[in-house]
Amino acid sequence: MADDNTNANANATAYWKANVRTILGCLVVWAFVSYGCAILFRPLLAGIPIGGTDLGFWFAQQGSILTFIAIIFFYAWKMNRLDAKYSLGE
Amino acid sequence: MDQFIINILFVGASFALYIGIAVWARAGSTKDFYVAGGGVHPVTNGMATAADWMSAASFISMAGLLAAGGYANSTYLMGWTGGYVLLAMLLAPYLRKFGKFTVPAFIGDRFYSDTARLIAVVCLIIASTTYVIGQMTGAGVAFSRFLEVPNTAGIWIAALIVFLYAVFGGMKGITYTQVAQYVVLIIAYTIPAVFIAMHLTGNPIPMFGMFSTHTESGMPLLDKLDQVVTALGFNAYTADVDNKLNMVLFTLSLMVGTAGLPHVIIRFFTVPKVADARWSAGWALVFIALLYVTAPAVGSMARLNLLTTVYPDMAQQTENYDAAAQNPIRYEDRPGWIRSWEETGLITFEDKNGDDRIQLYNDDSDAFSDKAEEFGWEGNELSVNNDILVLANPEIANLPPWVIGLIAAGGVAAALSTAAGLLLAISSAISHDLIKNTINPRITERGEMLAARISMAGAILLATYLGLNPPGFAAQTVALAFGIAGASLFPALMMGIFSKRINNRGAVAGMLTGLLTTLLYIFTYLGWFFIPETNMLANTPENWVLGISPQSFGALGAIMNFAVAFAVSSVTAAPPKEIQLLVESVRYPKGAGSAPHLSQH
Repeated sequence: MADDNTNANANATAYWKANVRTILGCLVVWAFVSYGCAILFRPLLAGIPIGGTDLGFWFAQQGSILTFIAIIFFYAWKMNRLDAKYSLGE
Repeated sequence: MDQFIINILFVGASFALYIGIAVWARAGSTKDFYVAGGGVHPVTNGMATAADWMSAASFISMAGLLAAGGYANSTYLMGWTGGYVLLAMLLAPYLRKFGKFTVPAFIGDRFYSDTARLIAVVCLIIASTTYVIGQMTGAGVAFSRFLEVPNTAGIWIAALIVFLYAVFGGMKGITYTQVAQYVVLIIAYTIPAVFIAMHLTGNPIPMFGMFSTHTESGMPLLDKLDQVVTALGFNAYTADVDNKLNMVLFTLSLMVGTAGLPHVIIRFFTVPKVADARWSAGWALVFIALLYVTAPAVGSMARLNLLTTVYPDMAQQTENYDAAAQNPIRYEDRPGWIRSWEETGLITFEDKNGDDRIQLYNDDSDAFSDKAEEFGWEGNELSVNNDILVLANPEIANLPPWVIGLIAAGGVAAALSTAAGLLLAISSAISHDLIKNTINPRITERGEMLAARISMAGAILLATYLGLNPPGFAAQTVALAFGIAGASLFPALMMGIFSKRINNRGAVAGMLTGLLTTLLYIFTYLGWFFIPETNMLANTPENWVLGISPQSFGALGAIMNFAVAFAVSSVTAAPPKEIQLLVESVRYPKGAGSAPHLSQH
């Protein structure tokens, strides 16, 4: 019993760590496209023209939103796999 | 057929639909009333969340904000969508696993503190009430223009409709009504946008049209727009901003505010499983993005359309804008849509130099004043309220009358769906967290549902009153809603899930710090309780601390909340064992059950 509990706890801890790692990875992308490409690095992207303006403007008005959608679906997919791997899903 | 009759038909038919749905999906139990029975499909929930979230501000005002501010106002686009990333990863799945009906219920239980629960209820009510005022006034504007009734009558009609379907249907009725409202509002938004994009660029998809070639001049549309606005003394549409710190903080504030707004969070309690809560956040953002990637196209094209309406010679011009600027249209030749909006007072004309022509330019620009003098202009003569751009779009583009009827129905749908969601969040906090949990724990289920309905009716009356007598400047109160949700509720929820060490004292101290500093900063510049003339400093960038606007302060409030909560928790006793086990349990999807359980409260 004690071993089972320890195993279950180790399993749950590993699952939670994997979840937090996934979240951190997603947040890096989230911050990079919005605060990075769209705002802070816009002057650096000024040389890349797109339809009458530059890539930073596109990220601010469309690119970041499209990336946000991709992040959430990636996260949901990844978490489903983790749920199954650690047998913690419903 | 008369435009007025068409409007009545469209708006009337959509109301009949909403009320029909509410009767079909009326709530039979408190579980139906609070979480729609807990069996909503993630895609359905995503659509309902999108309608719940996209308010009158998204539908009516956002394109206008983008048209006026260009690149600088991209903050709204990123802030109001980026919050869903936080919601999907940091809150929704765990709160769904926790399985309660309300946001204060989680905060009260996790921090084993009725003080924390009460602070959460107060924050929820302030944030939701200030937000609902904007919805009522938005519905009033749409009604008064399209149904040709006075503004006050418009607000009363809106209140009656929300009352009928929200009070009887509860969350169950609201969920399915919001799905219908989403369909109405997205069709209403997209159709005129497609026509305008076709007309200006030949590309029927607005989000691509915005980055393609302007047919009349053969230049890229945004390039053309930049040239036209700078020729009239305005800032270039795509110009970068000087204060990047403020832009970053404003975007962050809108993101954490979005993730912390209770009426959005409670939508994730209605899905069957934890995994569904994650998918559902993704679907919500897909449905929101359909409107949010179209809005910048609508904004930029509407701005160009407006300016080339006033200065017809500028339409085909690729250089020599000065000559074109000297030939604006005569006032008597103005198009019909300017005439009809003049009647509402949202467009006004004053012939300052008496030449019978309309001069529209930036008379605040010192750099441009010499040129204006040379042209014989004596000030900007046409003022256009930003909020009318979307509503006027079909008329500007000469679309058939049924499109105008559709836009009327869409604008009202956007306002009513958000108002209903907010009212539900307020009433469930009162009936469930205050009455059931604190005042009378032995209340029967019937009694609790009656209390929920009465508090919702009360909330509607309050919202109607505030809509009729808005506190000065309703638009700025939105900063308060986001500031409070972001600075107090979001950090408390997140810490409750991601840290086992944060205890009751830490959470209370953190929430109070976030709440009070944000209120103080906002009231310093916007006046105590928004009463005009009571602000201690003028609301100008020179007075802001480090250039941080009151709207952007929520992000700093949130950071202070985290810091104080960690500091206080680290010097006081750790949370009891059962609370640590509770935190463990919300982290794992297993055993969430089909819906929130009623036995605990």
